[in-house]
Order: sequence, then structure tokens, then C-alpha cells
Amino acid sequence: MSEKERLSRELMALRLARELKPGMVVNLGIGMPTLVSDYIPHDGSLVLHSENGVIGFGPTPREGEEDPNLVNAGGGFITLLPGGAFVSHADAFAMIRGGHVDVAVLGGLQVSEQGDLANWLVPPRALGSPGGAVDLCVGAKQVFVVMEHTTRDGKPRLVSRCTYSLTGARCVSLVMTDLGLFQVTPQGFLLREIAPGWTAAEVRSLTEAPLAVGPELVEVRA
Amino acid sequence: MTVSKVWPSAREAVADVFDGAVIMMDGFGGPGGMAQELILALRERGVRDLTIISNTAGLDSVSFGTPGGSLPVNHGILVANGQVRKVIASFPVSASPSRPTSFELLYREGKVELELVPQGTLAERIRAGGAGVAAFYTPTGAGTLVAEGKEVRVLDGREHVLETALKADFACIRAWKADRLGNLVYRGSSRNFNVPMATAARVVIAEVDEVVEPGELDPEVILTPGLYVKRVVVRRHPGKIYTREQGAAS
Amino acid sequence: MISLKPVYSSADQAVADIFEGATIMVAGFARPGVPQELVKALIRKGVGKLTVIANAAHGTREDLADAGRLVAAGLVRKVITSFPAPTRASVEGYPEKLYRQGKLEVETVPQGTLSERIRAGGIGLGGFWVRTGVGTVFEEGKEKRLFNGQEHILERPLRADFALLRARVADALGNLVYDKAQRNFNPTMAMAAAVTIVEVDEVVEPGGLDSESIATPGIFIDRIVKAQSG
Repeated sequence: MSEKERLSRELMALRLARELKPGMVVNLGIGMPTLVSDYIPHDGSLVLHSENGVIGFGPTPREGEEDPNLVNAGGGFITLLPGGAFVSHADAFAMIRGGHVDVAVLGGLQVSEQGDLANWLVPPRALGSPGGAVDLCVGAKQVFVVMEHTTRDGKPRLVSRCTYSLTGARCVSLVMTDLGLFQVTPQGFLLREIAPGWTAAEVRSLTEAPLAVGPELVEVRA
Repeated sequence: MTVSKVWPSAREAVADVFDGAVIMMDGFGGPGGMAQELILALRERGVRDLTIISNTAGLDSVSFGTPGGSLPVNHGILVANGQVRKVIASFPVSASPSRPTSFELLYREGKVELELVPQGTLAERIRAGGAGVAAFYTPTGAGTLVAEGKEVRVLDGREHVLETALKADFACIRAWKADRLGNLVYRGSSRNFNVPMATAARVVIAEVDEVVEPGELDPEVILTPGLYVKRVVVRRHPGKIYTREQGAAS
Repeated sequence: MISLKPVYSSADQAVADIFEGATIMVAGFARPGVPQELVKALIRKGVGKLTVIANAAHGTREDLADAGRLVAAGLVRKVITSFPAPTRASVEGYPEKLYRQGKLEVETVPQGTLSERIRAGGIGLGGFWVRTGVGTVFEEGKEKRLFNGQEHILERPLRADFALLRARVADALGNLVYDKAQRNFNPTMAMAAAVTIVEVDEVVEPGGLDSESIATPGIFIDRIVKAQSG
């Protein structure tokens, strides 16, 4: 079963990008969440917010056109769209805490059925880096998580209770994994879309928390 | 997809302001930073029981050396028109005791409420409202009337007063230029309360001299990113607007 | 009477009075806005037992003279930071190495709380209440209270003896203009230290900057260093 093909990182990013609607202010975390920016329109209809104070940025610049002072929170080169602006870090987080960011897309280690997120401290490491994720968990109106469904040694990441140190409590509403798209509901996880070729029973067997299946389960499509 | 936050008129931009709304508007001594056409539209609309958060309670009886003794339009005309129930401000009174403002006259009659806030605390409470800070401790006002009824706590050997965040239903912002995405640039001293107020209201309406295309404003000078702004209105009167109206009776 | 700020041609001279045990804020986020020449000067000076406040402090980028390189050089007793570890979990940063050896104290702070605490220090607040960290390890040991029916945590201000900044251009009064994402922690740290030192590409005469684009007024700046490299 584990040899079955899972969703590619690109397909996960593409599918999650469809959840982002015109007019939204969106923060993309470091790593897999950053891939989402490859699948959204860069026409100003959606505002990308970066913790370091770049508001309204666009795609990666062409080679040779990189500006050393124009990077995202992960340090990767970006461009500024017409209508973009620069603010201080403190002002960028005033936006986050103040409820002016509609969606944060974050990476994850574990998500619990209550919507708790753990993503900053990987045991057995003594230290981890919360970065802006703790603020995003309380400030963003919705938190989406994109991560692999299981750990490298096959342990489920969708759990009843997080065993890793929390980044935020009861904050996640949607999880995209390489096995499907999951809504966090008051009753727990709901499988909305599934990776092609997989059955709900197979996904359930790799999920620690109880998993409900939506009435109209469809496959994740490109 | 073309985004435009530009609204055809001030009247339409304030059409959903309701009775009892909390409205932030600038008002730092004179008309420079005030959304005068929005204020005129609010008076025309006639909404009542408003709570106004501003630096002043309206300066309708104070001349700032305006032409022919005329008076700049400010939120004092809403107070004078009986539309305001409460003012949260730093300067509720006239600089001249012999010429009281409409607000002072109504206050004496018990018809308006006042929450007096030191100026820096007012700006910081508004910023806190926009920045997701519920409350903060400031030394400002410790040992004075301002501290009455509030938690006072010694931090780092100094008395501090707990002040809570301010938020509003609407903010009427005055900026110099906007692009159609709502990015705002200010000019000279007119940024003052406009900048924090633009972060702290559910609906932010900006009155500007000119609207330009995205990319035409210098991104280093945009003090209010467009994500804060819902509506932009272009002024019909390029200069300052003056009125001769004054007094609570008018 | 205008007060011109001293312009140093050498970063070494500008940091000469930074003392052992000092608390230092180091600006920057990734590469933009990091005062690399001032950090290098501090490493050459070799002054130790520092408390360092900075966004990142893992020190694993040898091509970037940021706060983490002070940790790597063994000059730091305590770091207050959002990134004590590099983002790649398989790589151990210098703070972790030294922390396990008992040689370094680490205070890990959510990023928005970090800049807000610095801001609070700079503008004279005694503390503030935020929701950031509720229900996580970041609330441990802190006072909690309900505001509007929601739990909040009391956070306290951060101040420093010195702040090290990077900007694009200063005028001789210390007014600063930044370049794009260079701004990040710079304007906030500028307010929160007893002595603020900035390295810039260019110094111009008073009046030579667009007043509307000055993000740090000169009143916060004590020393200017003309950077030797970009």
C-alpha cells in the first residue's frame, strides 16, 4: 500500500492554491507553502504578505534580475508587484495579529483533530525556531497546513492529540497532505478529496485520529 | 482581474454607516488631515448616536486664521448637528474659553459623553486595536485623573496605567494619493492619526486628492498598504473646504 | 542649531566602546538589513558575554555576518531570538551546540512578539497583552488574563545598550532611508537602544533625502558608519 503513488508537492500546492480567492491577503510559510505562490495569479487580485515586511509580492525574478534586498521570509528572491509596499517587521506583524491576514499556509509536523498545530520543534532537537508561525496561528483568519501525510518512518501526522510542542491551539481549518484534502470540523477530520487510486479505508489506516468521509468524495485533480 | 476600490462619491461610500456606529477620523488641529467630504456626506446622511474617536471633539468655533473668518469643515459639524452621542478625544475643548465649541455646549447640557485620553495614549490605543494588542501598560497618566478606574501597576520601578485597545466600525481617512488597490501616501504633517486609524476599523474609507495606477506610488513611501483600505473616494474640492456654520443651535 | 551625527569611516571605531556583558540588538531578516560590517568589527574586537537580541541566531551561514556569527564566535552568553535553529531540522545551529554544553542561555520568542517587545521598549511601554502563544509552551511562566472573552499573555519590553542597524542611506542628521526588505527590524530596534549605530551605503547632506521616505528619524541615531561594501 505504501508503494502507491502519492500526490506530488506540486499538485498539493496547486490544489491548495485553488482555496485562495480574489481579495484575500495570504501569508505563505517557508518550504512547501512557498510553492503555492507558483499557482496563484500575480495580477494584484490576491495580496501576498511576508513577515519581513514585503506586502504584495510577485513571482521569483528571472536569473540575473535578483535584488539582494528583495526577498521573502525564507530568504528567497522575489519581485514586487505594481502596488506592492514595504513596512517594518513590527508593522507586518501588526497586520498578522490585528486580523488583517485572511489565510496563512503553514508547514506542519502534526495536526490534531481539534485543529492544534505542531510545526516548530522536532524531537529530539533541544531548540526549534517558531518564526512567525505562532503569531499566524492566532492572527490569521484561517490557517491551512500543507505537509506529508506520514513521517519518514510511516507514523501518522493527523493525530488525536499532538505529541510535539504546539505552535497554536485550535487554529487549523484545512490540511493538504499527499493523500488528500482534509477539513477540520468541530467533529474532527473530514476527508474532502482523495489522492487518485487511494481508498478512504487506506487513508484512514494511515491516520491516527478518526476520519469522516464527505458525501461527495472526489479525487484531487490537477 | 482588475481590482478597484475607488467609489464614485463620498455619499455612496458612507451609505452603510449606521446609527450608533463608532467612527474614527483624524482631526489634528485644522483641516490638513481631515476627510472633509466624507464628513459632509455623513452630515447629509444624518446618521445619529455616533461615537467619534478623534484627536479633538470638533473645532467649529475656533478660527485657525482661515479666509474671512470662515471655518474649516471638521467633525464639529456633526456634533453641532446633534449626530454625536460620544467623543473619545484628547482636545475636547476650544483653545479660547470665551468661545466654546458645540461639543462643550452640549456636554454642559449632558447631551454628549466624553472619554478624555492623553494624545499619545489615544494614538497607541488605536494602533493596538489594529495590531491585535488587547491592552498595554503606559506610564502616561499615572497619578492623574486619567488613571482613575484603571489598573495601575509598578513595572521596572515605575507606575504604569493599563490602557485598552480602540477599534471602530468605520475610519474616515484623509490621504494625498491612492492607487486603485487602496495603497495610500500622505503629505507633510497630514499623516498623524490617519496612519493608525487606517488599521483599526472594519471599514476604512480614504478620501484622497488623486487616484493613480498600481506601481505609480513609491513603495517606500506607502504608509498605509492597500490591504487596510476598503473604499477610496476622490475629493471634488481640491483645496480646503470651509464653512461658516457654527454653534450647537445651527 | 542642527545636531550632526558623527560619521565613522571605520566600523571598528564605531563599536570601540561596546563592553563585555552588553545587551545588543542586531537588525536584519535573512540577508537584507543585516549590519554585517559592524558584526565583523565586533567579532574582531572579541568582546564577550554579550546578550544578543535578533531575529535569527543560528549562525550556520558563514557567508552572512549576522547575530548568529557572534554566537558562533563564542561571544554570546544569552540570545533572545525567533530562529535559534536553522529552518532545516537536520542541521544543528551554534546556539543548540552551546546550549547543550550549558554555555548559552536561549530565550525563544515568537517573531511578532519579538518585534512588538522591542517596539514596546522603544516607545516606553511597560508591557502588553497579546494572544500569540496561548495554549503553547510560549505562555509558560507568563501572566494570563481574559480580554473580550479571550485568553491573552502579558509580554514585557526589550531594551538594549546598543543597536546595530543597516540602511541604504543616511543624511548627516542620522535620518535613514531603507531599501525594500532591508527595513524589517531596523526602524524598531533604532528606538530601543541607548546607543544606535547604523552602517549605510551612502551619507548625504541634511535635506538630501525625501522626507516622506525617511523611515527612521535621526533622533534615534547616534553614529553612522560608511560601509565599505554593499
